[in-house]
Amino acid sequence: MSAGRFWAVSFVVAAALLVLTRWQIQNEYFFFAGYVVLQYIVLATAWNILGGYTGYINFGTAAFFAVGAYTAVVLHKLTPVPVPVMIVAGGIVSGIIGLGMGYLTLRLKGVFFAIATLAMAIVAQTLIVNWDFVGGARGIYVIRPQHGPLVGGYIQYLYSLMLLLTWFSVAIARTIERSRLGLGLNAIRDDEQTAEAAGVPTLRLKLIATTVSGALMGMSGAPLPYYVTYLDPSSSFNLSYAVNSVAMPMIGGMTSWVGPIIGAVLLGTIQQVATVTISSALNLLIVGLLLIGFVIVAPNGIVGLVKPRHRARGGR
Amino acid sequence: MEISLDLLVNAIVAGLLLGGFYAAVTLGVTISFGMLDIVNIAHPAFIMLGSFITYAINSAFHLDPILIGVTMMPAFLVLGMAVYQIYYYAFERRGQESIQGLAFFFGLLFVGEVALILVFGVDYRFVEAAYIGPSLHFGFVELPLRMLVPFVVALAMVGLLQLFLGRSFIGRAILAVAQDRLALQLMAANPSRVKRIAFGISIATAALAGALLIIIQPVEPSIGRDYIGRIFAICVLGGMTSIPGMVAGAMLIGIAESITSTFYGPSWSPAVAFGFLLLALAVRPAGILGR
Repeated sequence: MSAGRFWAVSFVVAAALLVLTRWQIQNEYFFFAGYVVLQYIVLATAWNILGGYTGYINFGTAAFFAVGAYTAVVLHKLTPVPVPVMIVAGGIVSGIIGLGMGYLTLRLKGVFFAIATLAMAIVAQTLIVNWDFVGGARGIYVIRPQHGPLVGGYIQYLYSLMLLLTWFSVAIARTIERSRLGLGLNAIRDDEQTAEAAGVPTLRLKLIATTVSGALMGMSGAPLPYYVTYLDPSSSFNLSYAVNSVAMPMIGGMTSWVGPIIGAVLLGTIQQVATVTISSALNLLIVGLLLIGFVIVAPNGIVGLVKPRHRARGGR
Repeated sequence: MEISLDLLVNAIVAGLLLGGFYAAVTLGVTISFGMLDIVNIAHPAFIMLGSFITYAINSAFHLDPILIGVTMMPAFLVLGMAVYQIYYYAFERRGQESIQGLAFFFGLLFVGEVALILVFGVDYRFVEAAYIGPSLHFGFVELPLRMLVPFVVALAMVGLLQLFLGRSFIGRAILAVAQDRLALQLMAANPSRVKRIAFGISIATAALAGALLIIIQPVEPSIGRDYIGRIFAICVLGGMTSIPGMVAGAMLIGIAESITSTFYGPSWSPAVAFGFLLLALAVRPAGILGR
């Protein structure tokens, strides 16, 4: 299926899903939980662009995600703008940060890159903690409007936005995957030196990957203040976002755009169910155990179990 | 902002004492990451485990925390060897240690923290010992015993390990496997056995480091996350394989954190270690680091 056709078909699917769920489901909790699952699909897809396609493991998801959220907070405090504008703004700011991170971590490989991303997340968190305008360590309260611009409550509106954002990010991921950019990124993942020698512009491609990945993560974080109504650094920069955005693509499968969706839906749903039925600390335990289990047993994820056409090469 | 001399000197002294403790914390990672190339990002989880076991035994039986730490070490040695065995079978044999191994340890870090939360809750826990509270005074310089005692114990552990690595047979085998694994195989030694022992030793140091941690400050499970950056920053600064370099790096970061905390406020200190790390990684890329 060509890129254009995929965008059209997936848009139809997303729109149908949106109409169906908005029309049929009355229980408000579905939209709360659905928002979270969709947000994780976006995070996992965005992570996978840098992690699965390019082979650079990013532990700093929280930085981009929380920066997107705090961009929305800053806009909310300065001038009231509609949420879609905040999403775009969050994407731009996080994209710039992604670009900066790409430059800073130019020459780092493997675990050094991962630790540098973690360092960046902590530095970003410390900066926000010390910035009083957005509340600092106390956090900030954001009043959620009663009704969305369209029919229905505000949560349904955020859910709809997140569904559209999910469509957008999945379409982008697939477009990248099937394009020359994707081939270049895969080449970087398989053997960066050989790719350089073969003429792949690794620096430029890596910067594109970090920027796109960061921008999408920032976009997914922008509606967060309205969703939670109370934002503080320790929850928005929480390491659980990093673990989830690593675990979901790894469990789903890192080589294709389908993997993050599978992983995010599976893990996100399990976590929501566990939070409600058992306890909220336990769901993180489940994610960690699933991650460890899958990484040991099925290194290529669920996609790899179903169609083992892409085997990771050993001994690199 | 005027910098009063005694405040500065006290900050530096506190930083030195803290640095000694950081050396104990990073010692295990110098072995596992610097020498064995195993990205044990879950090291803080083992330290927290050590801290909480120390708390549990101390509050039940009122034993001295350092004594508890030392007696935990054999158990942690076995634990470390078991973890390495899993890591070896799952990843090293398949040659996939880079991404999957990292994810494995990341998951382990998380599972460790959440398990501690489920068992102990999120309250701050502390231990009671005779030396927590009093401090020595030399003029205007204050040496709190709760920092001085861990400092001494930490440096003793580091020194003992350095001796062990240099003098004993297994220690030299560990240094050998760090330098050239193939050559070790040609010498008819089993590298994975040596690595297993080395990894066990690295986790055993985490046990004592955990006991020292809970002497210095009250702990709760998520503190481990702050230490990831510090540990790897010190390891990288120290040149990865060199233990004396690591101690110097630990002192440097300890002093930097202490001065930042004293003069700019403690809310900035988490960024110090990570900032150093980013600087070190940006300026000296992975290939040149002391190997």
